[in-house]
Amino acid sequence: MSGTLRFIQGNEAVVEGALYAGLGFYAGYPITPSTEIAELLAERLPKRGGTYIQMEDEIASLCSIIGASLTGRKVMTATSGPGFSLMQEAIGYAVMAEVPCVVVNVQRSGPSTGLPTAVAQGDVMQARWGTHGDHAIIALTASNLQDVFSMTIEAFNMAETYRTPVILLLDEVVGHMREKVVIPGEGIPVVERLVTSVPEGIDYHPYLAREDGRLPMSDFGGVHRYNVTGLVHDMWGFPSNDPTVAYNLLRHLVDKIEKRSHEIVRCQEHQLDDADILLISYGSSARSALHMVEKGRDSGIRIGLLELNTLWPFPYEIVRRAAEKTELVLVVEMNMGQIYQEVKKAVRTDRVYLVNRFDGVFISHTDIEKVLNVVMGRGV
Amino acid sequence: MGTKSFVFTGSGGQGVITAAIVLGEAAALHEGLNAVQTQVYGPEARGGATRADLIISTDPIRYPKVINPHVLVCLTQESYNKFAPIIRPGGLLIADASFVSTVRKADARQVVLPMYETVKEKIGKTIVFNICMLGCVLSLTGIVSREAVVKAVTSRMAEAHLDMNLRALNLGMELAQAAGTGVISAPRQTVSS
Repeated sequence: MSGTLRFIQGNEAVVEGALYAGLGFYAGYPITPSTEIAELLAERLPKRGGTYIQMEDEIASLCSIIGASLTGRKVMTATSGPGFSLMQEAIGYAVMAEVPCVVVNVQRSGPSTGLPTAVAQGDVMQARWGTHGDHAIIALTASNLQDVFSMTIEAFNMAETYRTPVILLLDEVVGHMREKVVIPGEGIPVVERLVTSVPEGIDYHPYLAREDGRLPMSDFGGVHRYNVTGLVHDMWGFPSNDPTVAYNLLRHLVDKIEKRSHEIVRCQEHQLDDADILLISYGSSARSALHMVEKGRDSGIRIGLLELNTLWPFPYEIVRRAAEKTELVLVVEMNMGQIYQEVKKAVRTDRVYLVNRFDGVFISHTDIEKVLNVVMGRGV
Repeated sequence: MGTKSFVFTGSGGQGVITAAIVLGEAAALHEGLNAVQTQVYGPEARGGATRADLIISTDPIRYPKVINPHVLVCLTQESYNKFAPIIRPGGLLIADASFVSTVRKADARQVVLPMYETVKEKIGKTIVFNICMLGCVLSLTGIVSREAVVKAVTSRMAEAHLDMNLRALNLGMELAQAAGTGVISAPRQTVSS
């Protein structure tokens, strides 16, 4: 891939990806370990004609990007656990009103303010179910900075394609780690806003889906007048108590993502072809898992890694198929088993084990090896 | 062996993370090597124990942290006491003479240099202490070329402070030359694809 070779940290790779995707508006409240995203965008976004606002808190940050998105901008905010908690109400609003936006959560140890500078992956379930009510959500992650860059662009593309908030779920190690990244000048597809062809003076129905299920948007404050609400609404965007309207809306909100999961799911297979032992991991933990795979292969163990880049919708089918070919499944993550529980739903075998840390210390290949030795009957 | 690992430790504000970034950038962008840099730090803006890890390799780097470094730098007594035991047997431990007394018997070569005092005396601004230290590391390890580090320092530092930083780099290299060179060898260099 041609482009500029850089030695940057993950948070800067997010910024590069967002600018590549056409970010036009950022509102946020800086918090460790995501602060560099705000810091860099404060400098760079206005120079490109975009808008950067530091808001009074994370609630206002997300509300602000929702408003900006409706006017036609591509929008993003970035935070960590405590701020992500505050954003949940507005994430639900963006789900209900179908507003494209990207929410970056560089995870740190929790709950509450926890260990502010320490790594964790404890917000996986909050990304899925942090906001109330039945809904679907997209959450993406990455373990290396080239993927952080490309998954950021994917997050914007999916937000536009499915008219939904997309959570980019990184962690402190990936956010602050520096390594080589190639920033290409061009060549990666960018999805632009689908804008209605309904001309001025003709009624525009903001929530009337086309035959392919997509909802063209009209810049709010532009030529069409329409309503946006968090209440159950009809095709005009006005509140409705009609059970049929409610049924169809919720069905639509969930199906537009769950039924397209084959388009949304991103996974990477590392040495799975002949593997007896399957590691499943994501984010920075996947680096240690991959290290374990290479180390194990050197000593003749048939071990491979399934790295998840899409966490939600969860790739149940891919996990099931990968596990069917192996004898043993180990889920490697830095929480108390949030993805482990999903893997157990997906696979038929009982031989699924959790390798985890939740003490703020980055999980290592040694942590994996210890559990592997025990489950293989080799003792500690 | 194509992998060398470094741990830079000290107090927040001494610039150990910046030093690790500069060396990482020199290796990654100007020597065609792979480099991964991470850090552990406290919630304080200044003070508190700070640790920066750097791995330089001809191979892809997966696990991004250092467990037993080939080269350990300690700029405070606290960091020396805490991290001296992790050094790889036969490794190189560099400490500052003003802040660290090397009480331990480490299974490594210990080099204690008056980096802070020299910077204070010859430059007068101790803010470039970290780059002086980097000069020592460069001279004692030969891990990358001086030109690569100069390029990285030039890209990272404000122009107004560049001269001061380059003087500190040279000071560090001169200091270390008195202590000898060639403790560890650089990874074999390859053309990056």
